[in-house]
Amino acid sequence: MAIEFKPSPSLPPPSKSVGVVAWIRHNLLSSPLNVVLTAFSLYILYLTIPPLIEWGLINATWTGTSNKACTGGGACWAFINSYFEQFMYGFYPSEQTWRINLALVILVLLVAMFAIKKINKLYLALVIILAYPVLAYYLFSGGVFGLEPVETAKWGGLFLTVLLGVIGIVASFPLGALLALGRRSNMPVAKSVCVIFIESIRAVPLITILFMASVMIPLFLPEGLNFNKLLRVLIGIVLFSSAYMAEVIRGGLQAIPKGQYEAADAMGLSYWQSMSLIILPQALKLVIPGIVNTFIGLFKDTTLVYIVGMFDFLGRIQAANHDTKWLGTTVEGYVFAAFVYWIFCFGMSRYSMALERKLETGHKRN
Amino acid sequence: MTDRNMALAQLEAGEQAIIEFKDVNKWYGDFHVLKNINFSIKKGERIVVCGPSGSGKSTMTRCINRLEEHQKGTISVDGIEMNDNLKNIETIRKDVGMVFQHFNLFPHLSILENLTLAPIWVRKMPKKEAEELAMHYLERVKIANQALKYPGQLSGGQQQRVAIARGLCMQPRIMLFDEPTSALDPEMIKEVLDVMVQLAEEGMTMVCVTHEMGFAKTVADRVVFMDAGEIVEANEPQEFFNNPQHDRTQLFLSQILNH
Repeated sequence: MAIEFKPSPSLPPPSKSVGVVAWIRHNLLSSPLNVVLTAFSLYILYLTIPPLIEWGLINATWTGTSNKACTGGGACWAFINSYFEQFMYGFYPSEQTWRINLALVILVLLVAMFAIKKINKLYLALVIILAYPVLAYYLFSGGVFGLEPVETAKWGGLFLTVLLGVIGIVASFPLGALLALGRRSNMPVAKSVCVIFIESIRAVPLITILFMASVMIPLFLPEGLNFNKLLRVLIGIVLFSSAYMAEVIRGGLQAIPKGQYEAADAMGLSYWQSMSLIILPQALKLVIPGIVNTFIGLFKDTTLVYIVGMFDFLGRIQAANHDTKWLGTTVEGYVFAAFVYWIFCFGMSRYSMALERKLETGHKRN
Repeated sequence: MTDRNMALAQLEAGEQAIIEFKDVNKWYGDFHVLKNINFSIKKGERIVVCGPSGSGKSTMTRCINRLEEHQKGTISVDGIEMNDNLKNIETIRKDVGMVFQHFNLFPHLSILENLTLAPIWVRKMPKKEAEELAMHYLERVKIANQALKYPGQLSGGQQQRVAIARGLCMQPRIMLFDEPTSALDPEMIKEVLDVMVQLAEEGMTMVCVTHEMGFAKTVADRVVFMDAGEIVEANEPQEFFNNPQHDRTQLFLSQILNH
């Protein structure tokens, strides 16, 4: 007679290993060195945080028309306050800025529609990628439906920064994916074109590309043929970041096991089908951190357009610092700039983490 | 040469070869991995390919759906010659299912999506129909209750059964198995072999690279033994195991059967 095997029941973990107290004990006070480091960190925080709050909030001046209003000894936020519109929109005519706001509201609404289950996500994505930019372009530049034309030289501030960043991101991503696929392709011509493009763009600083886009290209173009400086700069930014994007994505492509390519081939999928359905979804998921890294870098690099005479968000703030009415407010300007950039970049970073969690399908055996 | 004669004899007898190797040679760089392979497989035949590692058995099998390219000779499948013509390759691949040693399921897709992908995109089947077909095959491999899980959540044996079902969803005329049980725990080998035996009994043309000699004895119509890139011997299992002709075959069999 065989003995029946019964697995022993699972027990809950000991209470010392869960909860807030356990977390503090484990992370902050686990060893003598840790206790010292925790105490030291608390001391540093005690030294820095209260003065910062005093400067930034308690003693700060919030309203006023010149630096004379700032007498509290704290931050002079009145400077930001009085220049706020220019920081946001540049020299866009102030009675027309509703057009920018409207475009932003429409974009937010369109993106929010992804949450509605009944809507076909593919069509919605096509509307956002194809139709929305046309609408936004006409809203921004005007000249149709009785909208007053606003030339792109007047576009500036955070509006310009976001515009450059978003278009740069949206356009460089697919271009980068194509370049990465091209670089791994078996076709010698496609491969060498992609390699030469990526290597030459990556070897050049962004500033050089922006200078070439704004100064040199017009010299080479025939008389009378000239296109918008903003567009030239945008193309420069897109080409530049697509080369970086291509290398990030190539890293992901190389991490996909050969068996995945073979299984896709063996099923009779065509090259484009196997890339778009099997390989890229997995490769892109793997390199989300790298992609977002590139996006964040690109978003911040757009400040370099200041060099070619375009006043983006940071450029606008720097220009305002020279205003004699507001001398001595440089720090406030940069703190504000840092705060706004931080919100955008931290937002992208959190979004990428949420995306990674959402796409997790248990590749790793738990 | 005996194999060649056998292939010729079959042709003369008017039996239709569904897969035909003629003087096939292949090199990896300088390494001559397939040497003068002459072999033909009839419709409905179950072939088991065995041999020591590095003998070219996987390579030969993978030449059938051109996952590997051969450099000399001709391979024809279903009367279509395999060459650089992409159209031909895609046509053949639609009709040839393949199961790999490491399953190669798509980890970012659910089990059901793994199965419906090729029918939807290659056969242009409506999604609903493809899903019904997929559920039918998942039931056959006794795994229908896992349809909405992801491959990473299944055991090795379950994954391999899903891989077989995925191959069957294209309703292929030929199934290739490249060491389907070599990466599995002993307890899971049987559940995969059971599915393969069932498939064999239904008359599927099968080419199976495996070391499962029990499977070869019960299921195979012919067992092919390869070494150093050549087919050393090919015979019915009864003859092959009881009366091997070559000393190399005898040595191989004595090594894998007596331990």
